[in-house]
Amino acid sequence: MRGAVRARWAACVLSGALAATAAGCGSGGHDEPGLVRASWSDPQNQLEPANTNEVQGGKVLYMIFRGLKRYDPRTGAAENMLAEKIDTTDQQNFTITLKDGWTFSNGEKITSRSFVDAWNYAALADNKQKNASFFEYLDGYDKVHPDSGEPTARTLSGLAVKDDRTFTARLRTKFSTWPDTLGYTAYSPLPRAFFDDHAAWLKKPVGNGPYGIDSYHRGSAMRLRRWDGYPGEDKARNDGVELRVYTDNNTAYTDLQAGNLDLVDDIPSAQLKNVRKDLGDRYINQPAGIIQTLAFPMYDERWSASGMEKVRRGLSMAINRDQITDQIYRKTRTPATDWTSPALGDQGGYKGGLCGGACRYDVAGAKSLIEEGGGLPGGRVTLTSNVDTGSHRVWMDAVCNSINNALGKDRACTVNPIGTFADFRNQQTEQRLTGPFRSGWQMDYPLIQNFLQPLYYTDASSNYGKFSDPQFDKLVDEANAESSQDKANAKFQEAERILAQQMPAIPLWYQNGSAGYSSRISDVTLNPFSVPVYEQIKIG
Amino acid sequence: MGRYVIRRLLQMIPVFIGSTFLIFFMVYALGDPVAALFGDKAPDPATAARIRKDLYLDEPLWKQYLHYMGQILTGDFGTAFNGQKVTELMASAFPVTLRLTIVALLFEIVVGIVLGVLSGLRRGRSLDTSVLLITLIVVSIPTFVSGYVLQFLIGVKWGVVTPAVSPYAPFGELILPGVVLALTSLAYVTRLTRTTIAENSRADYIRTAVAKGLPRHRLVTRHLLRNSLIPVVTFIGTDVGALMGGAIVTERIFNIHGVGYQLYQGILRQNSPTVVGFVTILVIVFLLANLLVDLLYAVLDPRIRYA
Repeated sequence: MRGAVRARWAACVLSGALAATAAGCGSGGHDEPGLVRASWSDPQNQLEPANTNEVQGGKVLYMIFRGLKRYDPRTGAAENMLAEKIDTTDQQNFTITLKDGWTFSNGEKITSRSFVDAWNYAALADNKQKNASFFEYLDGYDKVHPDSGEPTARTLSGLAVKDDRTFTARLRTKFSTWPDTLGYTAYSPLPRAFFDDHAAWLKKPVGNGPYGIDSYHRGSAMRLRRWDGYPGEDKARNDGVELRVYTDNNTAYTDLQAGNLDLVDDIPSAQLKNVRKDLGDRYINQPAGIIQTLAFPMYDERWSASGMEKVRRGLSMAINRDQITDQIYRKTRTPATDWTSPALGDQGGYKGGLCGGACRYDVAGAKSLIEEGGGLPGGRVTLTSNVDTGSHRVWMDAVCNSINNALGKDRACTVNPIGTFADFRNQQTEQRLTGPFRSGWQMDYPLIQNFLQPLYYTDASSNYGKFSDPQFDKLVDEANAESSQDKANAKFQEAERILAQQMPAIPLWYQNGSAGYSSRISDVTLNPFSVPVYEQIKIG
Repeated sequence: MGRYVIRRLLQMIPVFIGSTFLIFFMVYALGDPVAALFGDKAPDPATAARIRKDLYLDEPLWKQYLHYMGQILTGDFGTAFNGQKVTELMASAFPVTLRLTIVALLFEIVVGIVLGVLSGLRRGRSLDTSVLLITLIVVSIPTFVSGYVLQFLIGVKWGVVTPAVSPYAPFGELILPGVVLALTSLAYVTRLTRTTIAENSRADYIRTAVAKGLPRHRLVTRHLLRNSLIPVVTFIGTDVGALMGGAIVTERIFNIHGVGYQLYQGILRQNSPTVVGFVTILVIVFLLANLLVDLLYAVLDPRIRYA
């Protein structure tokens, strides 16, 4: 391997010196025709299922892992994958039965131990897994993962292995749609190699998905190859995928235009106005499970006092969402009409328009509502967001203009841009923000519960504004105890109506996933998590 | 000479300590990076506390600094958030940037000095004016403009080179980025050379040499150029450090996984080991380049002696 690399260097230096062209030596020089060449960024964390919480690492995990459930890439519906069935009679105790015949790509058989060990590892505080909180619904989580101090147990008391193909899970409370959350990669099974030689596994992770990792040069490239022994239905339709780390999405786009790359899943905003012309039909723009909102600091009395809900609703009505999504985002965002995402589909619990008139642009209504509620606290409002990514500065200015125009005052709304995401997040957690702040949410699993409970339930993990409403909490609890998903969805939607009344966060827009691809490949789609469905891509 | 070098090397120690402390302090001032690792979700307190402890973020600043320096002295530069050792990152990034710097330096030295000499010797003529005009234009175009434009024209439109550099970044692929990186410095080198050549060509010793009947090429290379190079060498010396550390824009445009990219990534993720480690090495490079420049003076001008 090393020798080969060096030999190529030498050849490239020579040809470069002789002909001053490097066409044959570029990244495109030694491509195999069956590989899909796709853009990538360096994952932030090590590639462990329970430690990966962003899209770049997620891409790889979607390719090399399959869990109990899998979300249909088109509809987002949760379907059994490794699970033969997941039974419950009381919405709290679940019995999981595995299908026979599944192995990891290193040949190890997948048993109920593969799951239970993986979940215990993820939940234990000592392992510092960033997705540990996904296991908080399981009984005994507070023992293995106390908020402070040392864990008093090593394993979750709620999990028990019955036999090779059966295990049981006991939850802390009723949670009827819990089985549908199990498609998230944090719940993937892990082979013994993960525990026995952790360092080696991290260098080259081994899973049970349609692809296996062929080579991994951290920070620069990963080559994945189709695993021919893959027992699932969703076998890869190409020979493999090469993920290439790009320093900048503009460069990836340029490389796509030059024919050195097949798939870019992040179209730079500066190119959005040309992308139709450049790529034609080979440009994808479809809803993803991401919503942007402006959350109010409900911990601040000036915003949470009674009567202020009118001001909050009024501010929402003062925002011209259509204009902003058209002009700034070129329709890669859709004006939001509720607090979830259309990517959920009907089955997941999405119902557009639940926000009602409060999310419709209405200058006169906005002005009178704000005046009725006693006006803006101190006569002004300041919007806060990090501005290092996502054109946040631009839309904040636009939202402020929109509000100022509606109120007929020049200085009613100002923006407070923060340089880095980390700084923004710290100010948010320490409750130092005194005006509305950006709150983005990317779903973990396509269920309405994931958009509501972590964000607006009293003291929930990501409830930064500290919104609290007993009626809302009660409806969420009832929804989780419902036996059917339809009934649960109806309750959750009822809970959303309370959000429309109280407006603890202004829904801004649903975010789309966008991608572009070369004419060399076909059947490119994005799943509801805005990750390309690599295994379906065909060459030619 | 030897004593001079030793003295200069010893002087580097306080500079090194001072600069690492300043950088450490500045990265620290950016705030706590742990919360951002959790994405949209609120950090879970138990995990966040353990990560902070691992990174020594729960200690006061001076203890963190002492701990970090202690690590550095044993050759351990810490770990980036993705689990890679910073020394590993350096081993992959510095050779790439070094190649890029070599390409850029060669280009600016060769083209810059030749243009400078030509226009200096033909002072006031049309060649001089056009070189002056071109350098003026080049200086005023920011790197990201020239970078994207040349990348699009040469890489996409004409397809002569690949627009993005592959991870191994061989010399052949670095020619275009190197030229882009060198463009602004090139203009400075040209102008500096032109001015000193123009000044020195009126000096007495040149008149004497002409009167002696020396051939013109000997006159220019041995007498005129050698005496005129001192300011140019000073500039190029400081430029080495600037090129190595300041290639952030160029490296991003051309997908070069070098020092600039790693620094950018480190700052964005607020990973202090990466940033401090890389900048520390850059400081050393800068100091050594300056020392080398000072020693070169003696070679260029025998009147300069170091004791």
